[in-house]
Amino acid sequence: MWSGTPLFPEQASTMAARVDNLYFFLLAVAAFFTVLIAGLIVYYAFRYRRRAPDEIGVHIHGGLALELTWTIVPALITVVMFVWGSSVFFAQQRPPDETVNIYVVGKQWMWKFQHLDGQREIDELHVPVGRAVKLIMTSEDVIHDVFVPAFRVKADVLPGRYTTIWFQATKPGRYHLFCAEYCGTRHSGMTGEVIVMEPAEYQAWLSGGTGEGSLASAGEKLFADLACNTCHRPDSQGRGPVLDGLFGKTVTMQNGENVVFDEAYIRESILTPTAKVVAGFQPIMPTFQGLVSEEQLLQLIEYVKSLRSQTEVPTARPATPGPATGENTPVKK
Amino acid sequence: MSSTVLLPPRHYLNDGYGIRSWLLTRDHKRIALLYLAAITFFFFVGGAFAVMIRLELTTPIGDFVSDETYNKLFTMHGVMMVFFFLVPSIPATLGNFLIPLMIGAKDLAFPKLNLLSWYIYILGGFFTLYALISGGVDTGWTFYTPFSTVSSTTNVIPTALGIFITGFSSILTGLNFIVTIHRMRAPGLTWFRMPLFLWSLYATSLIFVLGTPVIAITMLLVAVERIFHFGFFDPRLGGDPVLFQHLFWFYSHPAVYIMVLPAMGVVSEIVPAYCRKRIFGYPFVAFASVAIAVLGFLVWGHHLFVAGESPYAAMIFSALSFMVAIPSAVKVFNWTATMYKGSISWDTPMLYAIGFIGLFTIGGLTGLFLATLPIDVHVTDTYFVIAHFHYIMVGGAIMGYMGGLHYWWPKISGRLYNEFLAKISAGIIFLGFNLTFFPQFVLGYLGMPRRYHAYPPEFQVLNVLSSAGASILGVGYLIPLCYLLWSLRYGLVAGSNPIGAVGLEWMTTSPPPTENFLETPIVTWEAYQYDQPMETHVA
Amino acid sequence: MSPEAVHTYSPALAHQFDDAGQQKEAATLGMWVFLVTEVLFFGGLFVTYLVYRNWYPGAFTAASHEMIVWAGTTNTFVLITSSLTMALAVHAAQLGNRRLLMTFLIITMALGCVFLGIKAFEYYSEYVEHHVPGMGFQFEAEHFQHAQLFFSLYFMMTGLHALHMIIGLGIMSVMLWWSYRGVITPEYTNPIEISGLYWHFVDIVWIFLFPLLYLIGRHVHG
Repeated sequence: MWSGTPLFPEQASTMAARVDNLYFFLLAVAAFFTVLIAGLIVYYAFRYRRRAPDEIGVHIHGGLALELTWTIVPALITVVMFVWGSSVFFAQQRPPDETVNIYVVGKQWMWKFQHLDGQREIDELHVPVGRAVKLIMTSEDVIHDVFVPAFRVKADVLPGRYTTIWFQATKPGRYHLFCAEYCGTRHSGMTGEVIVMEPAEYQAWLSGGTGEGSLASAGEKLFADLACNTCHRPDSQGRGPVLDGLFGKTVTMQNGENVVFDEAYIRESILTPTAKVVAGFQPIMPTFQGLVSEEQLLQLIEYVKSLRSQTEVPTARPATPGPATGENTPVKK
Repeated sequence: MSSTVLLPPRHYLNDGYGIRSWLLTRDHKRIALLYLAAITFFFFVGGAFAVMIRLELTTPIGDFVSDETYNKLFTMHGVMMVFFFLVPSIPATLGNFLIPLMIGAKDLAFPKLNLLSWYIYILGGFFTLYALISGGVDTGWTFYTPFSTVSSTTNVIPTALGIFITGFSSILTGLNFIVTIHRMRAPGLTWFRMPLFLWSLYATSLIFVLGTPVIAITMLLVAVERIFHFGFFDPRLGGDPVLFQHLFWFYSHPAVYIMVLPAMGVVSEIVPAYCRKRIFGYPFVAFASVAIAVLGFLVWGHHLFVAGESPYAAMIFSALSFMVAIPSAVKVFNWTATMYKGSISWDTPMLYAIGFIGLFTIGGLTGLFLATLPIDVHVTDTYFVIAHFHYIMVGGAIMGYMGGLHYWWPKISGRLYNEFLAKISAGIIFLGFNLTFFPQFVLGYLGMPRRYHAYPPEFQVLNVLSSAGASILGVGYLIPLCYLLWSLRYGLVAGSNPIGAVGLEWMTTSPPPTENFLETPIVTWEAYQYDQPMETHVA
Repeated sequence: MSPEAVHTYSPALAHQFDDAGQQKEAATLGMWVFLVTEVLFFGGLFVTYLVYRNWYPGAFTAASHEMIVWAGTTNTFVLITSSLTMALAVHAAQLGNRRLLMTFLIITMALGCVFLGIKAFEYYSEYVEHHVPGMGFQFEAEHFQHAQLFFSLYFMMTGLHALHMIIGLGIMSVMLWWSYRGVITPEYTNPIEISGLYWHFVDIVWIFLFPLLYLIGRHVHG
């Protein structure tokens, strides 16, 4: 019965050991205080068990010193937990500069994974071992959540927004991927696997693709089909801003607000273009809500990301910390 | 007990017979019993759902009920247990019964509002039961949007309205308690002479009054959104689903302190009484109650660590969540220190209190894991969280409730229950509880998500252990139902103070007369003054 | 003490209280606590409003410009005046002047009805203008979606407020009846005082609603 019953999850990512070490520290603290308190109350229950019917207890005077001690010492222990935890957390929140980006679209009740070069997967995610992978995720309907226990990584997947997680797998293998935010009838069926492969195998798998072409090339086609290129031209003749080389930069809006030109802004501009209009331009862009699917949005985003500037843009300010760009499009400084 | 002890000739139970004298009563003691009957009903309904959940989870595949049904089961289990059992349990039964007695008053400040609060509770209960019977609801007790407002096809609106209505019951109860404790204490009963149970209920009432209106408006928004599609929480209409989570948890986190603070208050009563000595560190325990209530309002964001909250906000909420653990720890240390050199009785209420201290300690410590950001990222939405809150709600709050029910049963009913059966039940509950929920910590860290109808086969053994524990736990709860009811008719007569406890409630008959005291008492003694003889001025 | 110890009860003293002073203090504290719960209740809607106004300032400004400002302004003065007459009613009660008390109560109620009447007119106008979400909502394309959020909040917040006004009118009717029957005396003014607290609270909620809903961006001319 006990074989095949793991009691502790595998460590299969670079962060897993860090999380587990913190966990063991907390386990030690918890075990200490549990044994202390449980031990004391059981011991006292026996040691001071009432021996005579009219026996009363001995009144012990409390003291500020004792109360302060057992307030401050636990507080200090929690400070250690907080600081240690925060430092690990920040590492979890900040992906490295170079990541393999993969888009994730969750919908009731399946996961759609889109690799940049066009590979699409359903409920299975192939990733290379030893390289940082960033998942950029959105939902088509309700809130879902991507959870890979072996990597100690989890984030909600929201409709109308992009959320990201990153991990670097350390061992080839197959690992559970769960939806961890209740999403309706088949929530517990919305599971999948992350398949970590050696680099050579991964390349082989990638190139055995469906031949649909990369996300960016699909996006380029869509950009033309939807006539985006009539206003967003690479020269400054169009009625819309030049998009080339803009990804990752900070742009000033009509109302003076500064916005980072990232995936979320691109998505918003396609769906509700008048929300944030670039300074110096008219709010005449039509909305494409209902005309593009979540996957098409990803294709357009990848295409825009891939656009290089036609001229040097020395005055544009580099972005303040926003999502790291994909491995193929370094931010122009 | 001497068999010559008799029930007092006149008391609140025989002061008027017939259904009208109960349904139109303004006596806080009768209203407490009305609540007791209702919440016991909801407890067993919610418990039945739990049994079905655990039955399904003995196998990795969904073979007992359909996934739709399973989703309804855990939703209704949560809704019933949180809103209709745990939140009202101690305040509306023991609080209603005891507050006037403990402060030497004839009733609460607003007896008619008290009765109204029960009717509001029943009305909310009807809405929710209607939702249950006519198909159920499957959103989870947390009603996350947009699933609850757009996607679910079940009875969301009646359930949301039921919770909305019942919220007003809590608000009125809290309002009543605050005014009563402020304005109706007997002469000489200063704040720092009050039993700590009153401090806990006062802190709880602060949360009732400040937090419940927010869940009320949130549930109203859910119902309105579902009917009119205004778009508050729907991103397709410009709304933000995470805004719902902020509004929801702004109440629902303090709500867990509503559930545990009164139980802590009960423990603060039982431990001195069954150790026959003053509580250690009275002012610290009193202030800790208020600190828990205040800090409890500042930590709701720890439910949103992976929900799309900014990392900076997450850090602030993490720090505050560590802080809120400290006053609870202070209480645990003070209770333990009270037992040192006490004269400790092993009667049932003390067994429950000791059980509370141990299990609440474990539950509270596991809260630290959840406050620690990277660990929470891994274990949130898994069985680790389920284990954590059941350790506090069941191992803590329900054990406190059972302890209080047993401690004050003689006062409420005038009868003694069968101590042997009571001890056995306490033991069964303790064992069953730990077997049910400890394996869930392991399951959670392994990665088993919550609200899962089916799971990977390697999780089965731990699930079977948990389900076995649940069956034991269920039996453990059924036994007290039997012997407590039996004692009403056949139990030995208790007398006004069967264990020689200190407190105003023990200075009147068991059961008490309708007006509680023939004369307003004048208090000249400190709380739990076991070490000095007291002069009493109570008839 | 003999069980028949005599306590002096005034007719309005409830049995759980020791004396009239305690009863009055309890009732007043009770009303203040209740008003705090109301602040939190409306608070959820105010938070929602603040979030979306922050996110969609353009749409909210455009939608707010569609509000009937003269109606909202008039209603503000109507409510403030009604709070004045309410305070005067309390004062009259304390002086034992029953006629004045009833007069001021009636004026307060009349002003409340004026408020509700103007509100009804506004709602009807908004219905005609197709500004009611869910009932053929129409708005300029640029801000359509988010203006709908504004109007949803407008109807919910003012609707909840109006409901509280109606309850307030009910309370005032009871007060009027009690005044007529001589229940309110200089020794027993508490019901009028705590009703006054409730009425002032409903007024204050409106004082917040009015600028937030009606006056966005109106300081900018042209």
